[in-house]
Amino acid sequence: MDFDNASLLSGCRVLDLADEKGALCGKLLGELGADVIRIEPPGGCVSRNTGPFYHDTPHPEKSLHWYFTNLNKRGITLNLETADGNDLFRRLVESADFVIESFEPGYMEELGLGYGDLEKINPRIIMTSITPFGQTGPYSGYKAPDIVGVAMGGMVYISGELDRPPNRLSCPQFYFLGGLHGATGSMVAHYHRELTGEGQHVDVSCQQAVVLSLMIVAEIWDMLQYSYRGMGPTYAGARPNAPPLFSRVIYPCKDGHVFCLITGAAQAGMVASSKALAEMANKDGMAAELQDYPWQTIDAATITQEELDRIIEPLKEFLATKTKAELFEEALERGILLAPITTMKDVAESPQLAARGFWQEVHHPELGETITYPGYPIKLSETFAHTPRRAPLVSEHNEEVYVGEMGLTKNDLVFLKVNGVI
Amino acid sequence: MGKQVFEGVKVADFSWVAVGPQVARELAFHGATVVRVECHRWPETTRTAGPFKDGKTGIDRSAFATAYNTNKYGISLDLNTPRGQEIATRLVQWADVVTDSMSPGAMAKWGLDYESCKKIKPDIIYYSTCQMGQEGPYRQFKGYGMLGVSYAGYCNLNGWPDRDPLPLFNNHSDFISPYYLATALIAALLYRRKTGKGMYLDQSQVEVGINLLGPTVLDYMANRRIATRMGNRDQYHAPHGLFPCKGADRWVAIAVTSDKEWRMLCRVMGNPDWALDARFSTALGRKNSEDEIEALIGEWTVNHTPDEVMTLLQHAEVPAGIVQKAEDLFSDPQLSHRDHFRFLEHKVIGRHAYHSPAYRLSKTPCDIRKPGPCLGEDNEFVYREILGLSDDDIAELLIDGVVTCDTDSPEVLRAQ
Repeated sequence: MDFDNASLLSGCRVLDLADEKGALCGKLLGELGADVIRIEPPGGCVSRNTGPFYHDTPHPEKSLHWYFTNLNKRGITLNLETADGNDLFRRLVESADFVIESFEPGYMEELGLGYGDLEKINPRIIMTSITPFGQTGPYSGYKAPDIVGVAMGGMVYISGELDRPPNRLSCPQFYFLGGLHGATGSMVAHYHRELTGEGQHVDVSCQQAVVLSLMIVAEIWDMLQYSYRGMGPTYAGARPNAPPLFSRVIYPCKDGHVFCLITGAAQAGMVASSKALAEMANKDGMAAELQDYPWQTIDAATITQEELDRIIEPLKEFLATKTKAELFEEALERGILLAPITTMKDVAESPQLAARGFWQEVHHPELGETITYPGYPIKLSETFAHTPRRAPLVSEHNEEVYVGEMGLTKNDLVFLKVNGVI
Repeated sequence: MGKQVFEGVKVADFSWVAVGPQVARELAFHGATVVRVECHRWPETTRTAGPFKDGKTGIDRSAFATAYNTNKYGISLDLNTPRGQEIATRLVQWADVVTDSMSPGAMAKWGLDYESCKKIKPDIIYYSTCQMGQEGPYRQFKGYGMLGVSYAGYCNLNGWPDRDPLPLFNNHSDFISPYYLATALIAALLYRRKTGKGMYLDQSQVEVGINLLGPTVLDYMANRRIATRMGNRDQYHAPHGLFPCKGADRWVAIAVTSDKEWRMLCRVMGNPDWALDARFSTALGRKNSEDEIEALIGEWTVNHTPDEVMTLLQHAEVPAGIVQKAEDLFSDPQLSHRDHFRFLEHKVIGRHAYHSPAYRLSKTPCDIRKPGPCLGEDNEFVYREILGLSDDDIAELLIDGVVTCDTDSPEVLRAQ
């Protein structure tokens, strides 16, 4: 094993059976240094067909989704539904620390590989099961592609235009959220195990993970009996002693859009921000009507919609004349509550991310090039050397694991391959 | 309730708003002793932002402030006084973990930055979480989560291709960051058990956000594709979207991902004649006609409630789901089965809802028992039992205004 990564989860082994419905969990544990073995069916996992693809070439070794979610994992193939495969898996469990899976509830039990079975093999094992709705319950058998899952979690309704249906975020989150919470739950169980030697089952609901991402949407219902509804490029603020205030937050600018808070003084920094923005506009000979505006007298609790719109109009006109970069640079200097609405290109070119050393270069020898990946978003004071390893090819580490670590012979591998076990 | 996983773990929680407090909450869910340090004179944003019980403002009436502070103890302490800072250092001395979610440099003003805390307690574990991270040209980014979400690339991917991008009301990256950090924090706690060494964790919430856009990022890095918003469409599947249902602003999400699911959808709809159109029999054909097909499906769904559509279709193994409003979450039978919302009795707000973790631990379930603290609610317990101050000490601190009370609150938030 050529893992030169001595780090927080050094020495921990993860058997990762999860497809795209749970792959992020193992990835996150791998980021902390665990040895993650992705176990796929013979021939490779169907989730290798998930787009987008490298150079738009739809090939099981070129899925960018696969690359991202299986970074740093080794890969073996194994058919759990054969007796030999089942056996080999049990052997792997003997010396493993985590098993992650995202099969339909009941599948692992049917194979005699449910938590109760694994616990007998290895009382220390932690089994993390990631499913759309959890292992049990009225919806536990429901199918949930991303749009169905996030809709059921309440995330879709809060986004949208009033004259159209609500909308889903155009980047799948349902299973990433489930994987993320799966990693947290696995670590809570791991902490318990380190103290007591006892493993357990971690049963993750992606739906709950979505509900936990909604900020105060549930609380707004609980307190005010109002279900927040997306209403275009504005925020609505409920006010105890006045009608709700609608504040536009997204503004077109010269080369795209910016997010900008121009409201009353409800939040820290708003007065200074609005004043600075008006000054910036004035300097350009615009928004003259806002010169000397008494920003500090704005009472967010009672300002009328008309007055707010009157303030916003000239500033909206000004914002339209500048680029994202120009506005953001000024915003940083003057403390204006503004951010560019970035494209992936802007993100890739961000000076902040570069300065943080955020990006990591991952070599793909088969492609003959290096691809830039997002890096770990937390800097740790105890640093560990780490060379990222690109996601595994199908059965790439069969020999390394089965022969090198488990004592099978190369002939065994041929036999098992022909018999559909690996 | 059995022994809790993090029983005996001690957290000094100075963090504000959402991310920092949620990380500490994850430990508190499972038995850690978390002491939240606040001040009546400058109440933190969650106490001023609401939503307030019955829409009435009050320093202890905001469910935002309680929801993210389940199981925690709360003290009031003015860190802008020398004595307040001294008391804070005693809390650091007591703690295993110190939390920070201020703008970079803010904690240093109180002598509570990592280096200072390390001098007090060399093996302290200290996390800082903010929009852009502690260093870099944008470190002073005036960030609320909504701005970070824009900067990380989410807004551009939200909304309709023919309209402006839309905000994410939920400040998405603020609600994924805590779980990234909690995962690392627990690893740091174990690392200290093994090595005796503490740790500083410096998280950038924007960077977390970008990580959850991973494949989209790679699509740019490898293919120079600039992804954009697609409404409710999907590049690879059709029909795929939201469909109108009976009732006001009621929708159901349906996504057909195979020929079999298409046939079952048609069967559930009563095999309408239009579905027999040869163009619709293949996946490519359906994708090319998706506007037409979706309008036709909508003519069926509009006669049913979202729950009816979901139930009928899911029983036929066709993916469908209610587009749930907040109200629906509280009557969702699956969330109820998972016992997601727990109801606790808060001194001011009364009985109200708290979240529970998305994961269920079979042997060490969490114990959700204490509502988010009123400001200063646990002064007596913390100052006396944890910090060992005498009654005279505490009285003096109150008289001197180092320990604040309700009359120190901004007028608009004072208890009536």
